[in-house]
Amino acid sequence: MNTTTAKNATNDSTTTRTAGLHKVKVFSRFERFWHWTQATLIFILLFSGAGIHGFHQLMDFEGMVWMHVIAALSLIVLWVFAIFWHLTTGNWRHYLPTTNGLFKVARYYAYGIFKGEEHPYRKRFWHKHNPLQALSYLGLKLFLFPLIWISGFAYLLYGFWGQGALTAGSLEWVAVIHTAVAFAIAAFIIIHVYLLTTGHSTIEHIKPMINGYDEVELSDAELAYLKQDEPGRVLDS
Amino acid sequence: MSKIEKIESQAIIANGFEGDLVIRLSSRAKWGWAWLYCLGILFFSPLQLHAENPAATSEKTGIPANKIESGINEYDMTAKPRPVDKSVTSLSPKKENKSTTDHSKLEELQGPFSSGPEVTRACLKCHNKAGHQFVKNKHWTWKYHSKSGQDLGKSVLVNNFCTNAAGNEGMCAQCHAGYGLTDSRTYDFSNEENIDCLVCHDSTGKYYKLPPSRGNKACAVMFEGKDPIDWTRTAQNVTLPGRNNCGACHFYGGGGDNVKHGDLSSALFKPSKEIDVHMGTDGGNFSCVICHVGEGHEWAGSRYEPIAKDTQGKSKPGMPRQTSTCESCHGQQPHPASLMGIKLNDHTDRVACQSCHIPAYATGGVATKTHWDWRTAGKLKNGEGYREEGYIQGNGEPRHTYKSIKGNFKYAENVIPRYIWFNGKEKYLTVHDKFDPSRPVEINHLEGGPDDPDSRIWPFKRMETIQPYDKGNNTLVYMHLWGDDKDAFWGNYDYARAIKHGMEDFKLPYSGEYDFVKTYSYWPITHMVTPKEKALACKECHARKGRLEGLGGFYMPGRDHNKWVDMIGILAVLGTLLGVLGHGALRIILARRRKTK
Repeated sequence: MNTTTAKNATNDSTTTRTAGLHKVKVFSRFERFWHWTQATLIFILLFSGAGIHGFHQLMDFEGMVWMHVIAALSLIVLWVFAIFWHLTTGNWRHYLPTTNGLFKVARYYAYGIFKGEEHPYRKRFWHKHNPLQALSYLGLKLFLFPLIWISGFAYLLYGFWGQGALTAGSLEWVAVIHTAVAFAIAAFIIIHVYLLTTGHSTIEHIKPMINGYDEVELSDAELAYLKQDEPGRVLDS
Repeated sequence: MSKIEKIESQAIIANGFEGDLVIRLSSRAKWGWAWLYCLGILFFSPLQLHAENPAATSEKTGIPANKIESGINEYDMTAKPRPVDKSVTSLSPKKENKSTTDHSKLEELQGPFSSGPEVTRACLKCHNKAGHQFVKNKHWTWKYHSKSGQDLGKSVLVNNFCTNAAGNEGMCAQCHAGYGLTDSRTYDFSNEENIDCLVCHDSTGKYYKLPPSRGNKACAVMFEGKDPIDWTRTAQNVTLPGRNNCGACHFYGGGGDNVKHGDLSSALFKPSKEIDVHMGTDGGNFSCVICHVGEGHEWAGSRYEPIAKDTQGKSKPGMPRQTSTCESCHGQQPHPASLMGIKLNDHTDRVACQSCHIPAYATGGVATKTHWDWRTAGKLKNGEGYREEGYIQGNGEPRHTYKSIKGNFKYAENVIPRYIWFNGKEKYLTVHDKFDPSRPVEINHLEGGPDDPDSRIWPFKRMETIQPYDKGNNTLVYMHLWGDDKDAFWGNYDYARAIKHGMEDFKLPYSGEYDFVKTYSYWPITHMVTPKEKALACKECHARKGRLEGLGGFYMPGRDHNKWVDMIGILAVLGTLLGVLGHGALRIILARRRKTK
């Protein structure tokens, strides 16, 4: 247990609420719903996709296509809501890439973590992801997801564009992109899940995505704002 | 002995065939038995595999253990009474015959008649344009001029069954819709009185046709014991053609029940809807002319130039189309507008309806001939030709696996079709065309491919035959099979004389030397459509080892994969997994070490 954190925590609970670490609701109800639904759908898609691709025969082809299409369409609906939510609430700002602290975080995972060092990043109200995390999510959202979305749509709607001669070669490219991105997403999930174990405890890392609250460093102004306008969001106020 | 073993043993009798035909039996257990049987042979006699095989024994002695009959008796079904069906000839809601004429009451048909042409004269007296119409039809002309400019038709083509009708009309014209065709070159095709109206319009089931000439004395049995035709009664009982009328010839093409097409057999006289959903007596009970719509004695549905992709689909109400495509009734988007239906409709541009809706052909207990070896023809017993029964088909009837006049055969039932890209164009190999005999020769080459937007994946039966050819000129040959002379193969069993006669008769160049060449012919599978519940499941094709395994040139989900993407992808995922496991293990080890310090 790190002494600084403990001291801060004691300060927060005993003295007046000043700048420092606070239990703040960082993941809204929608965000948590979005995360877990997306996670479930991605698992269904990976499972059925692997089956369609011929990696396993746990279900017959028809059933897996059915499952894949329903899950994909559901995910797209979810994404439409999520994009709207990000844009209208300003939450897209969490994913803004920055080099500030990026190297420190990278160095931590590559070296510091083995030495028992503390994570160099402290969550802030408008930067709830560390710079490496924000960059990874940004890459996922701007690169991998659109690719799999577009290639998946092309795959699904092949009947509309794949008339005649086009089909023979073009469908293979669609399939190549779609499967390649699927592999990349699978790799992302492995790292994503693994990184849950890198904190003080795995449970502590999962909890914010369940109840929404995480320890965030708030400035005086942020604390004052939250206290006045969103009182429910700071747990210890 | 199960069916599959029989097929295998026949493969040994008629050696030289590729054993690559896929045969699906109704029960999986039969595969099991066949497998056990093979295992048993391997286990008990590993060194005498050949001698242990019953088929090999029969080859050695030349005397098979099967039933043997002497003489020639061919095409007997066309000369026998057949089961009359009351199939529907129009799709009116009540499906009953709404004919406005009772022909038995007509004065003109009171007879008495004593011959076919007499009846025809009476028919043409009222139906005074029918004759003009019919003399243009290929059932009569035996000629077909293709759009690609080839002169085709029975009168000229060589197939890989009984080979050529040319010069053998005395036998083959048993299925000519006319009287007395013994030579296509001299027959008067303008004489409408020789049209055989009754073979298509008889409803008594007692009408029959015999070969127009008697042939060799060995063939006499074919003409024995026939009841005389009651011409007057037959003339008075005419109707629109039922399945039995068309089937009398078309179900027996190639010299016997279902020999040629594979999807046209006597099982369709009175099929259940499981065998054919359209013709099933408990289903649509269609006659052939419901789909093969006709007007003016011309019918839709050409095998020479089929419509492989119908881009017109259903016509407007009240405007029936003169085509026999599935789409002309079912439209181009035949599946319901559900998620699965939309996906299935996505297939119709590249996959023929038949490919999914006819899971197997030669169903209903009647086998089709798949392999024919002419090389073994001519074996005699006591100086006489004979036949062997060596295959019992699903309905219990025996089939001939050897005939002195034809050689050895193999049969198959419930056969999975061969799937081939096809755009409706075929190039026929005529008797004039040269080929390379070192490879199997395609009698009808199918055009099309995955890059051709007019092509779709079609199911076919492939007939494999080893038949005579002109060794010097590398062409097919006309054989003189039928005739009461010393050259006719059927009776004399001498290839040299039969081929020389056949070629000289038509003034075709012949080197004087013959040999045998392997030939393929392709027969589109389009009948025996099963009820929709029995249509192929996706996984039949969308699988690594599915029905379309060998069909290249296009990407199909479930079957195909880019090996680089898969390899790199799997390596990347496994690498990531190993990476995090290593990372985690290192963390644990180092944390412990710190603790102990």
